[in-house]
Amino acid sequence: MQVEPGEVFGFLGPNGAGKTTAVKLLLGLTRPTRGGGTVLGAPIGDRRARAGIGYLPELFRYQPWLRAREVLELHTRLIEAGSVAATTRVTTATIDATLGDVGLLDRADDMVGGFSKGMQQRLGLGVALLGAPPLVVLDEPTSALDPVGRMDVRSIIGRAREAGSTVFLNSHLLGEVERVCDRVAIVDHGRVLESGRLDDLLGDAGVRIRVTDLPPAALADLDRFGSVTHNDGWLSIASIEPEAVPDVVASIVNAGGRVHAVDVGRMTLEDRFLRLVGGTQPADTGPPR
Amino acid sequence: MRAILTIARLTVAEAARRRILVVLLALTLVSVALTTLGVERLVTLGRASGDANELEIQVGVSQILILVAFMFSFVLAMTAAFLAAPSIAADLETGVAHALLARPIRRADYVIGRWIGLVVIVAAYAAGSGLLEIAAVRLVTGYAPPQPPMAVAFLSAQAIVLLTLALLCSTRLPAIAAGAICVVVYGLGWMAGVFAGIGRVFDAGPLVAVAEASRWLLPSDGLWRGTIYSLEPPAVVLVALGRGGPAADANPFFASTPPPLPFLAWSVAWVVLVLALTVISLDRRDL
Repeated sequence: MQVEPGEVFGFLGPNGAGKTTAVKLLLGLTRPTRGGGTVLGAPIGDRRARAGIGYLPELFRYQPWLRAREVLELHTRLIEAGSVAATTRVTTATIDATLGDVGLLDRADDMVGGFSKGMQQRLGLGVALLGAPPLVVLDEPTSALDPVGRMDVRSIIGRAREAGSTVFLNSHLLGEVERVCDRVAIVDHGRVLESGRLDDLLGDAGVRIRVTDLPPAALADLDRFGSVTHNDGWLSIASIEPEAVPDVVASIVNAGGRVHAVDVGRMTLEDRFLRLVGGTQPADTGPPR
Repeated sequence: MRAILTIARLTVAEAARRRILVVLLALTLVSVALTTLGVERLVTLGRASGDANELEIQVGVSQILILVAFMFSFVLAMTAAFLAAPSIAADLETGVAHALLARPIRRADYVIGRWIGLVVIVAAYAAGSGLLEIAAVRLVTGYAPPQPPMAVAFLSAQAIVLLTLALLCSTRLPAIAAGAICVVVYGLGWMAGVFAGIGRVFDAGPLVAVAEASRWLLPSDGLWRGTIYSLEPPAVVLVALGRGGPAADANPFFASTPPPLPFLAWSVAWVVLVLALTVISLDRRDL
C-alpha cells in the first residue's frame, strides 16, 4: 500500500480490521511484530517521520486542566523540541488561525475539561493540523461530531489538501470517505483487500433497488443479471447493463417482491466495501445515489 | 532536553492547576501551626513545673521534632506515591499519551520529564514544610536541630525513591494499583528497619540479614534514618549509646550513625536504575 504526497487517502475496513493498529504503527505508538514501511522517507515510528505528522487519535483526550489555546501551545513546544529538521514555525497567530479553522476560536481560553466530546474532537483536529504538517493522520475524525461538524471536517480536509498536506483518513464511515478521498484502501483482518482510485473502484455500472417481500429463491435467480448483494432492504447488482434494469424489476415483481425504489448508477463505496469484506456492516452512506 | 523540560513544566503546571499544590500548602500550614502550638505548650509546662532542666527540655523537643518529621515523611511518601502513580498511567488510560507520544519526542524524554517535574514538587514540598516546621519550633522553644538542610534532603530523597518506584509501576499498572503498591512497600520498608534493629538486640542473624537486604532493596527506610540522625542533638546519640548500647538502635526513631556513604551511593544508583527500567518499560509497551 502506498500513499502519494498531496492526496487524501481513505483507509477503510470493518471494526477490528486493523485500521487503528496500522495508524499506531505509522506513528511508532505500537511496534510491528514483522514487516515494515516508511513514512516521509523515514522508517515508521522514526522521530524524523513523526516531526512531519499531525495526528488525531481515535481515543482523543487532551489535558482537561489546560485551556484550548494552551493545548496547542504545548504541542507547538513538543513539535519544536523534538524536530530534527526545520519545520514550519508555529506562532500565536498560527494557533489562533488553527483554532478558527476548527471552530474553537471563541472558546480558546476555556478549559478543555468543560468541552463536549465534539469540541474535544475539534480541538484534536486543531492539534493535528498545527503547523501545516506534510502528513495529517486522522483516525475516525468525525466519530463525535454532529452533521454540521462532519461537514466542517470535510472542508477542513479539503483546505489541508490545498495547503499541500497529505491526509490519511482512517474511517469506517463510507459516505464520508467517498466524499473527500482521492484514493482508498479497504482492509480486513490486517490485510489490504483492495487499493486504488475511487473512480476505478466504483467504475462499474450498477443498480440499487429497494425491495421487500422478495423470496430467497428469487434472490438467487437474480444472479443471472450480475453480482448481487442484499443489505438492509436494498438489492445491489453490479456490472449490469442499463437496458437490463426493467427485466430485473419485472423478475422481482413476478417473484412476489414489492419494488419501492430503483436507482441506476455506478456502485457506491458501500456496495464495493460489502462485496469485499462480506456480511452486513454499519454504514452511513445516506440516500441512494 | 527541551522536550524533557516541556514535560517537566507540564507536570508542575498540572499539580498547580489541579490545586494539589494549594492543598499541600494549606495542610502544611495547618500541621506546622498545630504541632508548634503543641510543642510550645509542652515546653512552657515543662519549664513552669521545674521538674526538667533546660538540657532535658531540649532533648524532649528534639524527640518531638523527630516524631513530627516522621509524620511529614509519611505525608511526603503518600504524596509522592499518589502524585507519581497516575502521572503516566492516567495518560495511558485516557489516551492523552497518544497525542503526546506521537510527537517527535522520545519516550525517555516523557518519562524523565515527568520524573523531574515530580521531584521538583516533592523536594519543594519537603523543603518548605520541613524548614518551616524547624523554624517555627526554634522560634517558640529556642531549639534548633544540628543539620536542618540535611534532614530536609533525606526527607526529599526518601520521597524521590518512592515516586520513582510509583512511576515505574505506572507504566504497566493502573494508577490505583501503582499507588497502593508503593504505600505497601513503603510500610514494609519501614517495618524491615524496625525488625533489623530488634534483630540486632537479640542477635538474630537471619532476621537482621533479611531486614538489611530489604533495606537495600528499597532504600527509603535507610534514608529516613538519615533524617533522624540530622535532627538529633549529638548529646542524645552519646547518652543513648552509653545507656542502651546496641539496644538503642532498636528504637525506630533513633539513629546512632548517619547512613554510610556506600548506602547513599547505592540509593542514587537505585533511583537511576529504576528510572532506566521505567524508560525501558514504557518504551516496550504498545499504546
